[in-house]
Amino acid sequence: MTGFLQSLDMTAVWLTVKLAAVTVVLLLLVGAPLAWWLAFTRSRWKPVAEALTALPLVLPPTVLGFYLLILLGPAQAPGSWWVSLTGSTLTFSFTGLVIASMVYSLPFVVQPLAQAFAAVGRGPLEEAASLGAGPVDRFFTVAVPMSLRGLITAIVLGFAHTLGEFGVILMVGGNIPGKTKVISISIYESVETLNYTQAHILSAGLLVFSFLVLLAVFTLNRRFPFTAGVS
Amino acid sequence: MSTLYLNARVLRGDRLIGLEAELPLKGITVLFGPNGSGKTTSLRLISGLERDSEGSIRFDGQIWLDSSAGVFVPAHKRPVAMVFQDSRLFRHLTVRGNLEFARKRANADGPQIDVHQVITQFDLAEFMDRWPDTLSGGERQRTAIARALLSRPRLLLMDEPLSSLDIVRRADVLSYIEQIPEQFGVPVIYVTHSIDELARLADQLVLIRGGEILATGNVQDMLARLDLPPLTGRFEAGVVVQGVITETSAAYDLTLIDIGGATLLVPKLGLPPGEAVRLRIRARDVALATHHPEGLSIRNVVYCEVAEVVRESDTAFAEVRLRVGEQDLRARITRAAADDLKLQPGLPVYALIKSVTLDRRLLSAPRGGQRQ
Repeated sequence: MTGFLQSLDMTAVWLTVKLAAVTVVLLLLVGAPLAWWLAFTRSRWKPVAEALTALPLVLPPTVLGFYLLILLGPAQAPGSWWVSLTGSTLTFSFTGLVIASMVYSLPFVVQPLAQAFAAVGRGPLEEAASLGAGPVDRFFTVAVPMSLRGLITAIVLGFAHTLGEFGVILMVGGNIPGKTKVISISIYESVETLNYTQAHILSAGLLVFSFLVLLAVFTLNRRFPFTAGVS
Repeated sequence: MSTLYLNARVLRGDRLIGLEAELPLKGITVLFGPNGSGKTTSLRLISGLERDSEGSIRFDGQIWLDSSAGVFVPAHKRPVAMVFQDSRLFRHLTVRGNLEFARKRANADGPQIDVHQVITQFDLAEFMDRWPDTLSGGERQRTAIARALLSRPRLLLMDEPLSSLDIVRRADVLSYIEQIPEQFGVPVIYVTHSIDELARLADQLVLIRGGEILATGNVQDMLARLDLPPLTGRFEAGVVVQGVITETSAAYDLTLIDIGGATLLVPKLGLPPGEAVRLRIRARDVALATHHPEGLSIRNVVYCEVAEVVRESDTAFAEVRLRVGEQDLRARITRAAADDLKLQPGLPVYALIKSVTLDRRLLSAPRGGQRQ
């Protein structure tokens, strides 16, 4: 049993969880303002922004990965700027993976959030303003609690989707143990090297975990005392 | 007394809503007009919810809007609270949580408002731990009004707060609303298109049509004016008259009301002598006679003087304004009758008011008779 566990690629498991967690936290910080804008804007650019946000849903991961590889590589502006700043490249690094994952999982965080904010609507926010609550105050005391369901959905989908990422990571991050070798890559490698036991364990683990997370979300959603909006 | 100075505009879709008025705010000011006349937008303009507003708004020396100087005070910084048509209670908070939300953010320099008094006054004690979704429409609106008061506003704006309620609940919530200025010292601007609510609540009237203010003034004077377009169609046009109950005749179940210069009889009201009441008398329920009529079932025959006659060129009718003591009545009669009786200003006449039309529902129980 001990030998069994040792043979298991725990480094890849922890790296994957860390990547998913960091990605979701950063995506919430970037995605919430974007979702807010999408929910309330009357700008004619809204469809453009919506289309751009949804692109990662339809593009093959290899296309995303290819462009990210070029953009993040030292030959292009963002990549070379990072090299001059830190001395290392973004490609084939954990930071590079985080950036790639944020792009890849963006719609899974932004869309549920935007829908939840839109469902809250202007009504309760205007009411809060008329009762003396400033913009930040009403975001945290009215908008967030009222869109809690959407927020949880965004966190879980963002996390789970990043867990299952493969193509983009392979393109941008390669396969460096402890740095970029996440579970999905590790499974791929195990199969290539005919280590089916390892592939079985990691695959089954990912399957069960993903199912449990989704089950938890749907159960929680059913028990919510209210849906967004006002009475 | 506070004064609200308005000279402001906002473009709403392709319609311009422009307000120009200087309103002394006391008691309840009713903003009255048909649907689509810009009433709601006017309230939003005053409350600071319309960011694109232009012009200037001042309240007691505070500048809320001065677009020429680039000043726009946003809603949360104006000492105003708004009650919307749909109560807009926060669904994620209980009634207590909703009230607390307002209390925590109350205006420090607003009127002192006691939480317990509000809870008692609006009969909310038994609902404190309920969720908004479990309340009836009337209970929700009471909670919303209580919540607005707890933010200690210097001005309370109400946008058709009864429109989502059935008739029984309307009467219930109305009785809570009419006490607000006196109980809590907060002036109210109340938007409605209902003549019933107007007659019951208004101390002052702001008439709004097509996105602008048509006239402002004391409610009795405004209702008696013949030069303004009919407020709710000619069928409901009429006046509001104030009076004091003098006595109730037990034998006939009639209450006598002194309106200053005349006494009116109405079906028994169950209010003690000395109570001030408001009565609405529709113009179409008033007939005129040049001599005191005999052998008549109508009990309310009031001696008065013709003040104004307006013949409508496009209909068979004429509107007549009558002076009784310090108050006005309106009569809607045919042009033929007006000519036949040779009605002209200064002519003494008898107004025949069908007592049955003095609708008990509209009799507002007094605010102690202190107001005028």
